[in-house]
Amino acid sequence: MSSVKTRRDVLGTSALRPDGPAKVKGEFDFTSDLHADNMLWGATLRSPHPYARIVSIDASSALKIKGVEAVVTSEDVPGQLTYGLISSDQPVFAKDFVRYMGEPIAAVVADHPETCRRALDAIVVNFEVLTPLTNPEDSLNQSVPSIHPDGNVIRNQKIVSGDITATGPIVVEGDYVIGMQDQAFLGTESALAIPDADRKGVEVFVATQWLHEDQKQMAACLNLPEEKVRLTLGGVGGAFGAREDISLQVHTALLALHVGRPVKMQYGREESFFGHVHRHPARVWMRHHATAEGKIVKIEARFLFDGGAYASTSSAVLINGITHTQGPYKCANAIVDGYAVRTNNPPCGAMRGFGVVQACFAHEGQMDKIATAAGISPVEVRLLNAMETGDALITGQIVESVAPVARCIRETAALPMPDPLSPNAHELDLPGGSGLTAQPHNIVRGVGWGVSIKNIMYSEGFDDYSTARCTVIDGKVTVKFATSEVGQGFVVLAPQIARSVLGLDDVVCDTIDTNIGSAGSTSASRQTWMSGGAVDGACRMVRERIFEKVAAENGLNPLSLVIEDTDIVDSMGTFRIPVLQAVQGSVFSEEFEHHHRATEDLDDDGQGNCHVAFAFVAHRAVVDVDPELGLVKVVQVATAQDIGVALNPLSVTGQIEGGIAQGLGLAVMEEIIVQDGKVRNPSFTDYLLPTALDAPNVVASFVEEYEPQAPLGAKGVGEPPCISVTPAIVAAIRNAVGKDIPRCPVRPQDICL
Amino acid sequence: MTVYLPHTIEEATALLEAHPHALVLGGGTDVMVEINFNHRKPSDVVALRNVDELRTWTINNETSSIYIGAGVPYSEMESGELQKVAPALAAAARTVGSPQIRAAGTLGGNLGTCSPAGDSLPVLSALNAEVHLASSHGVRSVPFAEYMVGPKRTSRTATEMITGVTIPKANGWQGYSKVGVRNAMVISVASACLAIQDDMVRLALGSVGPTIIRCVEAEKWLHENFATLTDLQPADCAEFGRRAASEARPIDDHRSTAEYRRHAISVLAQRLLQRSIQS
Ligand SMILES: Cc1cc2nc3c(=O)[nH]c(=O)nc-3n(C[C@H](O)[C@H](O)[C@H](O)COP(=O)(O)OP(=O)(O)OC[C@H]3O[C@@H](n4cnc5c(N)ncnc54)[C@H](O)[C@@H]3O)c2cc1C
Repeated sequence: MSSVKTRRDVLGTSALRPDGPAKVKGEFDFTSDLHADNMLWGATLRSPHPYARIVSIDASSALKIKGVEAVVTSEDVPGQLTYGLISSDQPVFAKDFVRYMGEPIAAVVADHPETCRRALDAIVVNFEVLTPLTNPEDSLNQSVPSIHPDGNVIRNQKIVSGDITATGPIVVEGDYVIGMQDQAFLGTESALAIPDADRKGVEVFVATQWLHEDQKQMAACLNLPEEKVRLTLGGVGGAFGAREDISLQVHTALLALHVGRPVKMQYGREESFFGHVHRHPARVWMRHHATAEGKIVKIEARFLFDGGAYASTSSAVLINGITHTQGPYKCANAIVDGYAVRTNNPPCGAMRGFGVVQACFAHEGQMDKIATAAGISPVEVRLLNAMETGDALITGQIVESVAPVARCIRETAALPMPDPLSPNAHELDLPGGSGLTAQPHNIVRGVGWGVSIKNIMYSEGFDDYSTARCTVIDGKVTVKFATSEVGQGFVVLAPQIARSVLGLDDVVCDTIDTNIGSAGSTSASRQTWMSGGAVDGACRMVRERIFEKVAAENGLNPLSLVIEDTDIVDSMGTFRIPVLQAVQGSVFSEEFEHHHRATEDLDDDGQGNCHVAFAFVAHRAVVDVDPELGLVKVVQVATAQDIGVALNPLSVTGQIEGGIAQGLGLAVMEEIIVQDGKVRNPSFTDYLLPTALDAPNVVASFVEEYEPQAPLGAKGVGEPPCISVTPAIVAAIRNAVGKDIPRCPVRPQDICL
Repeated sequence: MTVYLPHTIEEATALLEAHPHALVLGGGTDVMVEINFNHRKPSDVVALRNVDELRTWTINNETSSIYIGAGVPYSEMESGELQKVAPALAAAARTVGSPQIRAAGTLGGNLGTCSPAGDSLPVLSALNAEVHLASSHGVRSVPFAEYMVGPKRTSRTATEMITGVTIPKANGWQGYSKVGVRNAMVISVASACLAIQDDMVRLALGSVGPTIIRCVEAEKWLHENFATLTDLQPADCAEFGRRAASEARPIDDHRSTAEYRRHAISVLAQRLLQRSIQS
């Protein structure tokens, strides 16, 4: 070795990401940067109507355009005509009906994106326009005709728990509305498909959250065996749930197989708004009964999630929402009814927080109402009700995870408050920012709280296992997995795990593709736990082999060998050898599948151990508000998050700060506006994301209590940061202006009119 | 598509005469968006980047006026010398887009697009700016009020180009405020420019009507009822705001509601007037 490392990038250090410098310098290859020789371009024809019958499709003029190779429709789909994550209800191409604005009807393949655009313009589709079903309440009405053969109700689930007649002297009620948020990743959908010479197989480079699930759904639609659809992860520019469903995967592969040439597809920003599912808009009604002191006695709730035209993950989002009705609080009695319904609005599915965001916005609004009624502070009411390990959820499931709810609240409360607004505050720091709409004396400040519980991993009996292989050749370690790196940093964590377990420093990650078993989805805050567990397991198995070899060669007991930094040491004697030296000339390779403990379905009363584990977080928001104009500036968000242990503190901080910005977006600006089924703002001109002037100062504290159920003691940290920050910010606005605001995002007119 | 790169205004106007359907390209921050969205498919483009004289501005102390070339970018207006003599224009320039957009986007382009949400336009309206137009047949100057005739509609003819604007040097307080739903880089939901020029209060509104609206009634009310601005009480400022709001003609759209826009104008006008008295 030429250089001696003084600090090793092992677990617990803020090891830097291998993809960091290239991303900062703009040199990272995103999927949209890929190119193949002889490549053609694909593009999608989409419905302008939210609901219509397709009378005819005439592509003859498009086919006459020079450079156009083919136009495909549902007629050309060789296999299953539909796909879907939970139920296969979404057409590859609309056949008889289009059910949402932007639904794919056909795809073209041509020599240039501009040729594709002209070809799309030249395809003539005759529609019989129908009246769209856009109010989710109407979807529950039996007399409203079904817009889909599977019916208008995607799922209904109740939870009945304890004594449903119980009540208390305090009864507070709220009807909360959550708008439709977009994941708004910066790297739009993109894929490159290269057909096999015999056109009986295809290789696809795609930005996705779950290679193997894409592979399964694609193979079914393409009528190919799964092993003939080989996927490699392309560079991913963010995901947040929007890459869990199929978007252009089937279309790209289909076009490539159809013409026998490589085909690339890439959405622009506007198309991206139509090309993926969004966060469910929801209406959540809750009535809390509490003791005079403010202890929760019973919760009544009704959830209505608008799933849009196709099911996607709506049924799982619904379950996540209703099973988190109580929040991170003790509650014995509850009656909850939840619906996920179909409409002609844009399809909704996974987004960071997955149903819990909607529940949390409502239960946190309720906690503040209880506090007011009981005459106690927002912190007191939350501490009074804080859940602990061993408590039962309203589903009957016992929370076995470490549950430091009270500690999260106390540590958040102990974080320093920002300085009061100065009369000389810089004009850009006031609500309204560069618009120069206010002076300091126009501003009032509010403080608000949010605390949340979030399940991690998949639920309801689903075995979302993860696979990894560890190979050591001459001391050089390669870890292989199909875990989608969507920005969360698994490509830095996996080598950290290997270094810690093996005492070897030279670790690389192999290509992320389907040449190994599934890793499950990069979602549900699960990859550190699941794929981390798989990498850890595979490395431990290799370590056993190394110990066996060293023990045999040196007449030692392999069970007494341990790794100390970069040495193998006999814990019962004096033997010591550098790992690197011990493995010279040898090859070790082991594969490991990590499975979490089994979960169950809910019964008719919503009872059952449906979740694997839980993570908790508290947020305190300080917000400056211009009450007359309804403009806001989030000054500071303080947070203490239950993370298990910090395997890479810098990565944890990144998730916390990013999640807070995303939760802020939902609190005060991010909303897809849909009118009569039509999206009105499919662009970053009008779908507003927080800028540097909107993002708050974040002060964070890690609550580190080793989670015994997690392979590395660490909980997932991806989702919690964005969940309770939204209600905390909205509570701060309510606190500043003394007005009950039941919806998010909060619009200026909600504050001042 | 042919792109012409003239070096002088004369060359540029000759090209427009020869190609009346040509698209004029300034900084491209509006044009390129339209082209990317396929809303425009120009066959000829007259690009102004090499016309140096469009990128100049001058302060004339004799006439107490400022001439700003059509090709001057926002980044030059938001600070420095221009900010001192045209503070409202500087404030408006500072609210436009991001640093990248302000480095490329120009006053001529804002006038060319002439959207009711264009941030420089309420300032030009309040200052009674003269818009200078040139064609191969000669030059003419039109007051801003006659230049903008509707949403994205102007009295400029196809063979004319904008060469610049003339505004008076500030001789009283002036300010620009813009309401958007985020604290930077946002299209205005309602905006207002108040300028005190020659002791007269002038108020112009953006994003609350088909054109920029000059609040002539509110201005008149103020002028007729108050000899000096120091007489104004807070209630008078509020009344001024209400009068300004009643002159707005806002609509509901996906960015906001007519009701909120009208309300915002009353607050902005009131606050601008109050700030003008404070200083
Ligand atoms: C991300 C983003 C943010 C933005 N934010 C704002 C904002 O906050 N506020 C705002 O007001 N605008 C905003 N804009 C719009 C745009 O930047 C401005 O309107 C800018 O002033 C346009 O100037 P330009 O030089 O880029 O014009 P161009 O795009 O080159 O031209 C615009 C129009 O003017 C015509 N034109 C240009 N110069 C001349 C001339 N000399 N004579 C005749 N016609 C001419 C062109 O033909 C075209 O029709 C934004 C745009 C983007 C992309």
